[in-house]
Amino acid sequence: MLAELRRYFAGAGVLEVETPLACSSSGTDPALQPVMARYTGPVFPQGTDLYLQTSPELGMKRLLAAGTGAIYQICKAFRDGEAGRLHNPEFSILEWYRPGFDLGQLMDELAEVVRLAVERPELEPVCESYAGLFRSTLGVDVFDCSAEQLQALAIEHHVLGAEGLNLDRDGWLDLLMSHLVQPNLGQGSLCFVTDYPASQAALARVNPDGRTAARFELFYDGVELANGFHELVEADEQAQRFEADNCRRKAQGQPPIRVDRLLLGAMQHGLPDCSGVAVGLDRLLMLRLGEKDIDRVMSFSLQRC
Amino acid sequence: MATYSTNEFRGGLKLLLDGDPCTIIENEFVKPGKGQAFNRVKIRNLKTGRVLEKTFRSGESVEAADVIDRDLQYLYSDGEFWHFMDNDTFEQYQADATAMGDAVKWIKEQDTCMVVLWNGAPIAVDSPNFVVLEITETDPGLKGDTSGGGGKPATLETGAVVRVPLFIQSGEKIKVDTRTGDYVSRVKDE
Repeated sequence: MLAELRRYFAGAGVLEVETPLACSSSGTDPALQPVMARYTGPVFPQGTDLYLQTSPELGMKRLLAAGTGAIYQICKAFRDGEAGRLHNPEFSILEWYRPGFDLGQLMDELAEVVRLAVERPELEPVCESYAGLFRSTLGVDVFDCSAEQLQALAIEHHVLGAEGLNLDRDGWLDLLMSHLVQPNLGQGSLCFVTDYPASQAALARVNPDGRTAARFELFYDGVELANGFHELVEADEQAQRFEADNCRRKAQGQPPIRVDRLLLGAMQHGLPDCSGVAVGLDRLLMLRLGEKDIDRVMSFSLQRC
Repeated sequence: MATYSTNEFRGGLKLLLDGDPCTIIENEFVKPGKGQAFNRVKIRNLKTGRVLEKTFRSGESVEAADVIDRDLQYLYSDGEFWHFMDNDTFEQYQADATAMGDAVKWIKEQDTCMVVLWNGAPIAVDSPNFVVLEITETDPGLKGDTSGGGGKPATLETGAVVRVPLFIQSGEKIKVDTRTGDYVSRVKDE
Protein backbone atom coordinates (compact mmCIF):
# COMPACT_ATOMS: atom_id res chain seq x y z
CA MET A 1 0.00 0.00 0.00
CA LEU A 2 2.83 2.40 0.88
CA ALA A 3 4.57 1.68 -2.43
CA GLU A 4 1.36 2.44 -4.33
CA LEU A 5 0.89 5.71 -2.44
CA ARG A 6 4.47 6.79 -3.12
CA ARG A 7 4.07 5.90 -6.78
CA TYR A 8 0.92 8.02 -6.98
CA PHE A 9 2.48 11.10 -5.41
CA ALA A 10 5.66 10.78 -7.48
CA GLY A 11 3.48 10.69 -10.57
CA ALA A 12 1.46 13.70 -9.37
CA GLY A 13 4.61 15.77 -8.78
CA VAL A 14 4.15 15.97 -5.03
CA LEU A 15 7.48 16.00 -3.15
CA GLU A 16 8.03 13.57 -0.28
CA VAL A 17 9.35 15.32 2.83
CA GLU A 18 10.30 14.52 6.41
CA THR A 19 9.80 16.83 9.37
CA PRO A 20 10.87 16.12 12.96
CA LEU A 21 8.62 13.97 15.14
CA ALA A 22 10.15 15.20 18.42
CA CYS A 23 9.84 19.00 18.62
CA SER A 24 10.09 21.81 21.15
CA SER A 25 6.47 22.81 20.43
CA SER A 26 3.29 21.14 19.26
CA GLY A 27 -0.29 21.64 18.14
CA THR A 28 -2.47 23.14 20.87
CA ASP A 29 -5.82 21.42 20.12
CA PRO A 30 -7.33 20.64 23.55
CA ALA A 31 -8.68 17.36 22.14
CA LEU A 32 -5.17 16.08 21.39
CA GLN A 33 -2.57 15.23 24.02
CA PRO A 34 1.03 14.80 22.91
CA VAL A 35 3.29 12.08 24.26
CA MET A 36 6.41 13.61 25.80
CA ALA A 37 10.03 12.66 25.18
CA ARG A 38 13.16 13.97 26.86
CA TYR A 39 16.52 14.83 25.32
CA THR A 40 19.74 15.56 27.24
CA GLY A 41 23.13 16.24 25.61
CA PRO A 42 24.87 18.73 23.34
CA VAL A 43 22.70 21.82 22.65
CA PHE A 44 20.54 21.06 25.72
CA PRO A 45 23.05 20.01 28.42
CA GLN A 46 20.41 20.42 31.16
CA GLY A 47 17.92 18.40 29.14
CA THR A 48 14.72 19.53 27.43
CA ASP A 49 11.20 18.17 27.01
CA LEU A 50 10.20 17.41 23.45
CA TYR A 51 6.68 16.86 22.14
CA LEU A 52 6.20 13.81 19.97
CA GLN A 53 4.02 15.30 17.24
CA THR A 54 0.28 14.57 17.15
CA SER A 55 0.56 15.16 13.37
CA PRO A 56 3.29 16.57 11.10
CA GLU A 57 1.15 19.60 10.27
CA LEU A 58 3.18 22.40 11.84
CA GLY A 59 6.51 21.30 10.38
CA MET A 60 5.02 20.80 6.92
CA LYS A 61 3.45 24.27 6.98
CA ARG A 62 6.87 25.74 7.71
CA LEU A 63 8.16 23.98 4.62
CA LEU A 64 5.21 25.27 2.55
CA ALA A 65 5.98 28.82 3.71
CA ALA A 66 9.58 28.26 2.58
CA GLY A 67 8.26 27.63 -0.92
CA THR A 68 8.44 23.86 -1.39
CA GLY A 69 5.24 23.63 -3.40
CA ALA A 70 3.07 20.50 -3.05
CA ILE A 71 4.45 18.10 -0.41
CA TYR A 72 3.47 14.86 1.29
CA GLN A 73 4.74 12.90 4.24
CA ILE A 74 4.27 9.36 5.52
CA CYS A 75 5.22 9.23 9.18
CA LYS A 76 4.29 8.17 12.69
CA ALA A 77 2.18 10.37 14.94
CA PHE A 78 1.60 10.09 18.68
CA ARG A 79 -1.49 10.84 20.75
CA ASP A 80 -1.57 10.30 24.48
CA GLY A 81 -4.59 8.62 26.01
CA GLU A 82 -5.87 7.04 22.80
CA ALA A 83 -6.11 3.25 22.67
CA GLY A 84 -9.01 1.10 21.50
CA ARG A 85 -10.41 -0.79 18.57
CA LEU A 86 -9.68 2.13 16.22
CA HIS A 87 -6.90 3.87 18.15
CA ASN A 88 -3.29 3.26 19.07
CA PRO A 89 -1.16 5.99 20.71
CA GLU A 90 1.47 5.57 17.98
CA PHE A 91 0.02 5.33 14.49
CA SER A 92 0.81 6.10 10.86
CA ILE A 93 -0.28 9.22 9.04
CA LEU A 94 -0.25 10.21 5.39
CA GLU A 95 -0.46 13.97 5.17
CA TRP A 96 -0.26 16.15 2.10
CA TYR A 97 -0.65 19.79 1.07
CA ARG A 98 -1.65 21.23 -2.27
CA PRO A 99 -0.93 24.93 -2.84
CA GLY A 100 -3.66 26.45 -4.98
CA PHE A 101 -6.17 23.64 -4.32
CA ASP A 102 -9.55 24.39 -2.82
CA LEU A 103 -11.31 21.78 -0.68
CA GLY A 104 -13.28 20.35 -3.61
CA GLN A 105 -10.13 19.62 -5.59
CA LEU A 106 -8.47 18.08 -2.54
CA MET A 107 -11.51 15.90 -1.80
CA ASP A 108 -11.44 14.63 -5.40
CA GLU A 109 -7.78 13.74 -5.06
CA LEU A 110 -8.32 12.12 -1.64
CA ALA A 111 -11.08 9.91 -3.04
CA GLU A 112 -8.72 8.82 -5.81
CA VAL A 113 -5.89 8.13 -3.35
CA VAL A 114 -8.17 6.12 -1.02
CA ARG A 115 -9.59 4.02 -3.88
CA LEU A 116 -6.06 3.27 -4.96
CA ALA A 117 -4.79 2.49 -1.47
CA VAL A 118 -7.61 0.11 -0.57
CA GLU A 119 -7.93 -1.38 -4.08
CA ARG A 120 -11.63 -0.51 -4.28
CA PRO A 121 -12.01 1.43 -7.55
CA GLU A 122 -15.81 1.23 -7.31
CA LEU A 123 -16.12 3.37 -4.16
CA GLU A 124 -18.14 6.47 -5.00
CA PRO A 125 -17.71 9.71 -3.09
CA VAL A 126 -20.78 11.32 -1.51
CA CYS A 127 -20.82 14.74 0.11
CA GLU A 128 -22.88 15.83 3.13
CA SER A 129 -22.68 19.01 5.14
CA TYR A 130 -22.33 18.75 8.92
CA ALA A 131 -25.48 20.83 9.42
CA GLY A 132 -27.34 18.82 6.77
CA LEU A 133 -26.53 15.55 8.55
CA PHE A 134 -27.74 16.86 11.88
CA ARG A 135 -30.92 18.09 10.21
CA SER A 136 -31.67 14.82 8.41
CA THR A 137 -30.59 12.46 11.22
CA LEU A 138 -31.65 14.37 14.32
CA GLY A 139 -33.97 17.07 12.98
CA VAL A 140 -32.10 20.01 14.48
CA ASP A 141 -30.44 23.18 13.29
CA VAL A 142 -26.93 22.74 14.56
CA PHE A 143 -26.26 26.50 14.59
CA ASP A 144 -29.32 27.25 16.66
CA CYS A 145 -29.00 24.80 19.54
CA SER A 146 -27.76 25.36 23.06
CA ALA A 147 -25.69 22.80 24.98
CA GLU A 148 -28.83 22.02 27.03
CA GLN A 149 -30.91 21.38 23.90
CA LEU A 150 -28.19 19.10 22.52
CA GLN A 151 -28.10 17.19 25.80
CA ALA A 152 -31.90 16.79 25.72
CA LEU A 153 -31.55 15.47 22.18
CA ALA A 154 -28.99 12.89 23.30
CA ILE A 155 -31.29 11.73 26.10
CA GLU A 156 -34.24 11.61 23.71
CA HIS A 157 -32.19 9.39 21.39
CA HIS A 158 -31.37 7.01 24.24
CA VAL A 159 -27.68 7.77 24.67
CA LEU A 160 -27.63 6.27 28.16
CA GLY A 161 -25.45 8.19 30.55
CA ALA A 162 -26.07 11.49 28.72
CA GLU A 163 -28.10 12.82 31.65
CA GLY A 164 -25.01 12.64 33.87
CA LEU A 165 -22.45 14.14 31.49
CA ASN A 166 -21.09 17.63 31.82
CA LEU A 167 -20.01 18.79 28.36
CA ASP A 168 -19.73 22.07 26.52
CA ARG A 169 -21.62 22.71 23.27
CA ASP A 170 -18.91 21.20 21.06
CA GLY A 171 -18.63 18.25 23.44
CA TRP A 172 -22.35 17.52 22.93
CA LEU A 173 -21.95 17.90 19.16
CA ASP A 174 -19.08 15.38 19.31
CA LEU A 175 -21.24 13.00 21.34
CA LEU A 176 -24.19 13.20 18.93
CA MET A 177 -21.91 12.95 15.92
CA SER A 178 -19.95 9.94 17.19
CA HIS A 179 -22.92 8.05 18.70
CA LEU A 180 -25.84 8.77 16.38
CA VAL A 181 -24.63 10.24 13.07
CA GLN A 182 -21.23 8.76 12.30
CA PRO A 183 -22.10 5.02 12.58
CA ASN A 184 -24.25 5.32 9.44
CA LEU A 185 -21.82 7.31 7.32
CA GLY A 186 -20.10 5.79 4.31
CA GLN A 187 -22.05 2.56 3.88
CA GLY A 188 -20.36 1.26 0.75
CA SER A 189 -19.27 4.74 -0.26
CA LEU A 190 -16.74 7.38 0.69
CA CYS A 191 -18.68 9.92 2.74
CA PHE A 192 -17.25 13.42 2.94
CA VAL A 193 -18.67 15.58 5.71
CA THR A 194 -18.04 19.25 5.02
CA ASP A 195 -18.56 22.65 6.61
CA TYR A 196 -17.90 21.82 10.25
CA PRO A 197 -19.05 24.43 12.77
CA ALA A 198 -16.59 27.31 13.03
CA SER A 199 -16.09 26.38 16.71
CA GLN A 200 -14.49 23.15 15.44
CA ALA A 201 -12.32 24.78 12.79
CA ALA A 202 -9.00 23.64 14.32
CA LEU A 203 -6.50 24.95 11.75
CA ALA A 204 -8.99 25.52 8.92
CA ARG A 205 -10.07 28.92 7.70
CA VAL A 206 -13.55 30.09 8.61
CA ASN A 207 -15.94 30.32 5.67
CA PRO A 208 -17.36 33.73 4.62
CA ASP A 209 -20.69 32.81 6.34
CA GLY A 210 -18.85 33.06 9.67
CA ARG A 211 -20.61 29.96 11.04
CA THR A 212 -18.77 27.16 9.27
CA ALA A 213 -15.16 26.22 8.68
CA ALA A 214 -13.50 25.05 5.47
CA ARG A 215 -12.90 21.64 6.99
CA PHE A 216 -13.99 18.16 5.91
CA GLU A 217 -13.72 14.66 7.25
CA LEU A 218 -13.92 11.40 5.34
CA PHE A 219 -15.83 8.38 6.65
CA TYR A 220 -16.17 4.84 5.42
CA ASP A 221 -18.42 2.33 7.17
CA GLY A 222 -18.74 4.62 10.19
CA VAL A 223 -14.98 4.98 10.60
CA GLU A 224 -13.22 8.33 10.34
CA LEU A 225 -10.40 8.04 7.80
CA ALA A 226 -9.19 11.57 7.09
CA ASN A 227 -9.45 15.21 8.09
CA GLY A 228 -8.80 18.07 5.67
CA PHE A 229 -8.62 21.85 5.79
CA HIS A 230 -8.52 24.77 3.49
CA GLU A 231 -5.67 26.04 5.59
CA LEU A 232 -5.75 29.12 7.72
CA VAL A 233 -2.92 31.35 6.47
CA GLU A 234 -3.23 34.48 8.66
CA ALA A 235 -0.49 34.46 11.28
CA ASP A 236 -2.39 36.73 13.67
CA GLU A 237 -5.50 34.58 13.69
CA GLN A 238 -3.33 31.48 14.08
CA ALA A 239 -1.64 33.06 17.12
CA GLN A 240 -5.06 33.87 18.60
CA ARG A 241 -6.25 30.29 18.11
CA PHE A 242 -3.12 28.89 19.80
CA GLU A 243 -3.80 31.27 22.68
CA ALA A 244 -7.51 30.38 22.90
CA ASP A 245 -6.68 26.64 22.82
CA ASN A 246 -4.25 27.07 25.69
CA CYS A 247 -6.90 28.95 27.69
CA ARG A 248 -9.32 26.06 27.14
CA ARG A 249 -6.59 23.61 28.10
CA LYS A 250 -5.99 25.49 31.34
CA ALA A 251 -9.72 25.59 32.09
CA GLN A 252 -9.89 21.79 31.58
CA GLY A 253 -6.89 21.22 33.83
CA GLN A 254 -4.57 20.23 30.96
CA PRO A 255 -1.01 21.53 30.73
CA PRO A 256 -0.62 24.34 28.16
CA ILE A 257 1.44 23.54 25.07
CA ARG A 258 4.50 25.56 24.09
CA VAL A 259 3.36 27.56 21.07
CA ASP A 260 5.20 27.13 17.77
CA ARG A 261 6.76 30.58 17.30
CA LEU A 262 8.71 29.32 14.30
CA LEU A 263 5.48 28.45 12.49
CA LEU A 264 3.97 31.83 13.36
CA GLY A 265 7.13 33.49 11.99
CA ALA A 266 6.89 31.43 8.82
CA MET A 267 3.21 32.36 8.43
CA GLN A 268 4.09 36.03 8.84
CA HIS A 269 6.55 35.52 6.01
CA GLY A 270 3.70 33.96 4.04
CA LEU A 271 1.98 30.60 3.85
CA PRO A 272 0.66 30.01 0.34
CA ASP A 273 -3.07 29.52 -0.13
CA CYS A 274 -3.39 25.73 0.14
CA SER A 275 -5.48 22.78 1.24
CA GLY A 276 -4.15 19.86 3.22
CA VAL A 277 -5.36 16.52 4.53
CA ALA A 278 -4.22 13.90 7.04
CA VAL A 279 -5.18 10.26 6.52
CA GLY A 280 -5.01 7.46 9.10
CA LEU A 281 -2.98 4.85 7.25
CA ASP A 282 -3.64 2.05 9.73
CA ARG A 283 -7.38 2.52 9.23
CA LEU A 284 -6.89 2.50 5.45
CA LEU A 285 -5.06 -0.79 5.83
CA MET A 286 -7.93 -2.11 7.97
CA LEU A 287 -10.31 -1.17 5.17
CA ARG A 288 -8.09 -2.76 2.53
CA LEU A 289 -7.78 -6.01 4.51
CA GLY A 290 -11.31 -6.07 5.97
CA GLU A 291 -10.05 -5.99 9.56
CA LYS A 292 -12.16 -4.61 12.41
CA ASP A 293 -9.42 -3.97 14.98
CA ILE A 294 -6.40 -1.72 14.47
CA ASP A 295 -4.33 -4.22 16.44
CA ARG A 296 -4.69 -6.61 13.46
CA VAL A 297 -2.86 -4.30 11.04
CA MET A 298 0.00 -3.24 13.35
CA SER A 299 3.13 -5.26 13.96
CA PHE A 300 3.06 -4.58 17.71
CA SER A 301 0.34 -2.40 19.21
CA LEU A 302 0.49 -0.77 22.64
CA GLN A 303 -0.06 -3.98 24.63
CA ARG A 304 2.84 -5.71 22.89
CA CYS A 305 5.35 -2.99 21.99
CA MET B 1 -14.64 5.17 48.28
CA ALA B 2 -12.71 3.27 45.64
CA THR B 3 -13.11 4.57 42.08
CA TYR B 4 -12.00 3.53 38.62
CA SER B 5 -10.98 5.95 35.87
CA THR B 6 -12.28 5.16 32.39
CA ASN B 7 -8.66 4.30 31.55
CA GLU B 8 -9.00 1.29 33.85
CA PHE B 9 -12.18 0.03 32.17
CA ARG B 10 -12.02 -3.56 30.92
CA GLY B 11 -14.30 -6.55 30.71
CA GLY B 12 -15.29 -7.89 34.15
CA LEU B 13 -14.65 -4.66 36.08
CA LYS B 14 -17.34 -4.06 38.74
CA LEU B 15 -18.88 -0.58 38.99
CA LEU B 16 -21.58 1.00 41.12
CA LEU B 17 -24.08 2.73 38.81
CA ASP B 18 -27.26 4.37 40.08
CA GLY B 19 -26.81 2.44 43.30
CA ASP B 20 -26.65 -0.98 41.61
CA PRO B 21 -23.59 -3.18 41.17
CA CYS B 22 -22.72 -3.72 37.50
CA THR B 23 -20.07 -5.53 35.53
CA ILE B 24 -18.47 -4.31 32.30
CA ILE B 25 -19.08 -6.63 29.36
CA GLU B 26 -17.49 -4.52 26.64
CA ASN B 27 -15.65 -1.21 26.62
CA GLU B 28 -15.25 0.82 23.43
CA PHE B 29 -13.08 3.91 23.17
CA VAL B 30 -14.79 6.46 20.89
CA LYS B 31 -12.97 9.58 19.81
CA PRO B 32 -13.35 11.92 16.87
CA GLY B 33 -9.89 12.93 15.60
CA LYS B 34 -10.50 16.51 16.65
CA GLY B 35 -12.99 16.10 19.45
CA GLN B 36 -14.11 14.85 22.82
CA ALA B 37 -13.23 11.26 23.76
CA PHE B 38 -15.86 8.93 25.22
CA ASN B 39 -16.00 5.41 26.60
CA ARG B 40 -19.06 3.56 25.36
CA VAL B 41 -19.56 0.68 27.70
CA LYS B 42 -21.84 -2.34 27.64
CA ILE B 43 -22.78 -3.19 31.20
CA ARG B 44 -24.71 -5.92 32.98
CA ASN B 45 -26.63 -4.94 36.09
CA LEU B 46 -25.74 -7.74 38.49
CA LYS B 47 -28.97 -7.42 40.47
CA THR B 48 -31.42 -7.47 37.58
CA GLY B 49 -29.26 -9.19 34.95
CA ARG B 50 -30.24 -6.49 32.46
CA VAL B 51 -27.69 -5.39 29.89
CA LEU B 52 -27.45 -1.73 28.99
CA GLU B 53 -25.10 0.68 27.25
CA LYS B 54 -23.72 3.72 28.96
CA THR B 55 -21.48 6.53 27.76
CA PHE B 56 -18.80 8.10 29.92
CA ARG B 57 -16.59 11.04 29.17
CA SER B 58 -13.04 9.67 28.95
CA GLY B 59 -11.00 10.50 32.03
CA GLU B 60 -14.06 10.52 34.31
CA SER B 61 -13.99 8.36 37.44
CA VAL B 62 -16.72 5.96 38.48
CA GLU B 63 -17.36 4.43 41.88
CA ALA B 64 -16.22 0.83 42.23
CA ALA B 65 -18.59 -1.87 43.48
CA ASP B 66 -17.34 -4.31 46.10
CA VAL B 67 -18.36 -7.40 44.17
CA ILE B 68 -16.66 -10.78 44.27
CA ASP B 69 -17.46 -14.19 42.83
CA ARG B 70 -17.11 -17.10 45.21
CA ASP B 71 -17.72 -20.85 44.98
CA LEU B 72 -20.06 -21.76 47.83
CA GLN B 73 -21.70 -24.99 48.88
CA TYR B 74 -25.49 -25.02 49.12
CA LEU B 75 -26.56 -26.26 52.55
CA TYR B 76 -30.34 -26.01 52.87
CA SER B 77 -33.37 -23.77 52.45
CA ASP B 78 -35.56 -22.59 55.31
CA GLY B 79 -38.32 -21.60 52.94
CA GLU B 80 -37.41 -17.92 52.92
CA PHE B 81 -33.63 -18.06 52.46
CA TRP B 82 -31.19 -20.41 50.82
CA HIS B 83 -28.12 -21.00 52.94
CA PHE B 84 -24.60 -21.42 51.56
CA MET B 85 -21.18 -22.03 53.09
CA ASP B 86 -17.65 -21.20 52.06
CA ASN B 87 -15.82 -24.50 52.44
CA ASP B 88 -12.51 -22.73 53.12
CA THR B 89 -13.59 -20.23 55.78
CA PHE B 90 -16.79 -22.02 56.91
CA GLU B 91 -18.48 -18.63 56.70
CA GLN B 92 -22.19 -18.90 55.93
CA TYR B 93 -24.29 -16.74 53.62
CA GLN B 94 -28.03 -16.53 52.98
CA ALA B 95 -29.51 -15.73 49.58
CA ASP B 96 -33.09 -14.56 49.02
CA ALA B 97 -35.37 -15.68 46.18
CA THR B 98 -34.35 -12.74 43.97
CA ALA B 99 -30.68 -13.63 44.24
CA MET B 100 -31.44 -17.30 43.65
CA GLY B 101 -33.35 -16.66 40.42
CA ASP B 102 -33.51 -19.80 38.26
CA ALA B 103 -30.93 -21.58 40.40
CA VAL B 104 -33.72 -22.79 42.75
CA LYS B 105 -34.94 -25.05 39.98
CA TRP B 106 -31.68 -26.91 39.67
CA ILE B 107 -29.64 -27.13 42.84
CA LYS B 108 -29.84 -29.62 45.67
CA GLU B 109 -28.04 -29.81 48.96
CA GLN B 110 -24.26 -30.25 48.77
CA ASP B 111 -24.06 -28.71 45.26
CA THR B 112 -21.40 -26.06 44.71
CA CYS B 113 -22.55 -22.82 43.07
CA MET B 114 -20.87 -19.65 41.89
CA VAL B 115 -22.31 -16.93 44.11
CA VAL B 116 -21.89 -13.20 43.45
CA LEU B 117 -21.38 -11.31 46.70
CA TRP B 118 -21.98 -7.55 46.88
CA ASN B 119 -20.75 -5.95 50.09
CA GLY B 120 -20.59 -9.47 51.45
CA ALA B 121 -24.19 -10.46 50.64
CA PRO B 122 -25.30 -12.78 47.80
CA ILE B 123 -26.99 -10.96 44.91
CA ALA B 124 -26.84 -13.70 42.29
CA VAL B 125 -26.44 -17.46 42.33
CA ASP B 126 -25.33 -19.46 39.30
CA SER B 127 -26.15 -23.12 39.32
CA PRO B 128 -23.58 -25.46 37.75
CA ASN B 129 -24.02 -25.69 33.95
CA PHE B 130 -24.93 -29.37 34.24
CA VAL B 131 -26.73 -31.07 37.12
CA VAL B 132 -27.79 -34.66 37.71
CA LEU B 133 -31.25 -34.99 39.21
CA GLU B 134 -33.67 -37.83 39.92
CA ILE B 135 -37.07 -37.98 38.25
CA THR B 136 -39.85 -38.10 40.80
CA GLU B 137 -42.75 -38.26 38.42
CA THR B 138 -43.33 -38.93 34.73
CA ASP B 139 -45.80 -40.88 32.62
CA PRO B 140 -44.85 -44.56 32.18
CA GLY B 141 -42.46 -44.97 29.29
CA LEU B 142 -43.11 -46.88 26.07
CA LYS B 143 -41.14 -50.05 26.01
CA GLY B 144 -38.54 -50.23 23.29
CA ASP B 145 -38.77 -46.57 22.36
CA THR B 146 -35.20 -45.34 22.39
CA SER B 147 -35.51 -42.83 19.60
CA GLY B 148 -36.24 -39.89 21.87
CA GLY B 149 -38.63 -38.39 19.34
CA GLY B 150 -41.47 -36.38 20.83
CA GLY B 151 -40.77 -36.63 24.51
CA LYS B 152 -42.87 -36.03 27.62
CA PRO B 153 -42.71 -33.85 30.72
CA ALA B 154 -40.91 -35.15 33.80
CA THR B 155 -40.82 -33.64 37.29
CA LEU B 156 -37.42 -33.66 39.01
CA GLU B 157 -36.57 -33.94 42.69
CA THR B 158 -36.10 -30.15 42.87
CA GLY B 159 -39.57 -29.57 41.44
CA ALA B 160 -38.34 -28.46 38.00
CA VAL B 161 -40.12 -29.89 34.97
CA VAL B 162 -38.12 -30.82 31.86
CA ARG B 163 -38.98 -32.64 28.64
CA VAL B 164 -37.41 -36.08 28.46
CA PRO B 165 -37.49 -38.89 25.87
CA LEU B 166 -40.34 -41.39 26.16
CA PHE B 167 -38.16 -44.25 27.42
CA ILE B 168 -37.12 -42.41 30.61
CA GLN B 169 -38.79 -43.76 33.77
CA SER B 170 -39.61 -42.40 37.23
CA GLY B 171 -36.74 -42.96 39.66
CA GLU B 172 -34.08 -42.64 36.97
CA LYS B 173 -31.42 -39.95 37.10
CA ILE B 174 -30.84 -37.57 34.22
CA LYS B 175 -28.32 -34.89 33.31
CA VAL B 176 -29.78 -31.45 32.55
CA ASP B 177 -28.21 -28.36 30.99
CA THR B 178 -29.32 -25.63 33.40
CA ARG B 179 -28.62 -22.82 30.88
CA THR B 180 -31.31 -24.09 28.53
CA GLY B 181 -33.31 -26.41 30.79
CA ASP B 182 -32.77 -29.22 28.28
CA TYR B 183 -32.40 -32.92 28.97
CA VAL B 184 -28.88 -34.11 28.05
CA SER B 185 -28.65 -37.79 28.90
CA ARG B 186 -29.65 -40.61 31.22
CA VAL B 187 -27.23 -41.22 34.09
CA LYS B 188 -26.73 -44.75 35.40
CA ASP B 189 -25.85 -45.16 39.08
CA GLU B 190 -22.34 -46.45 39.61
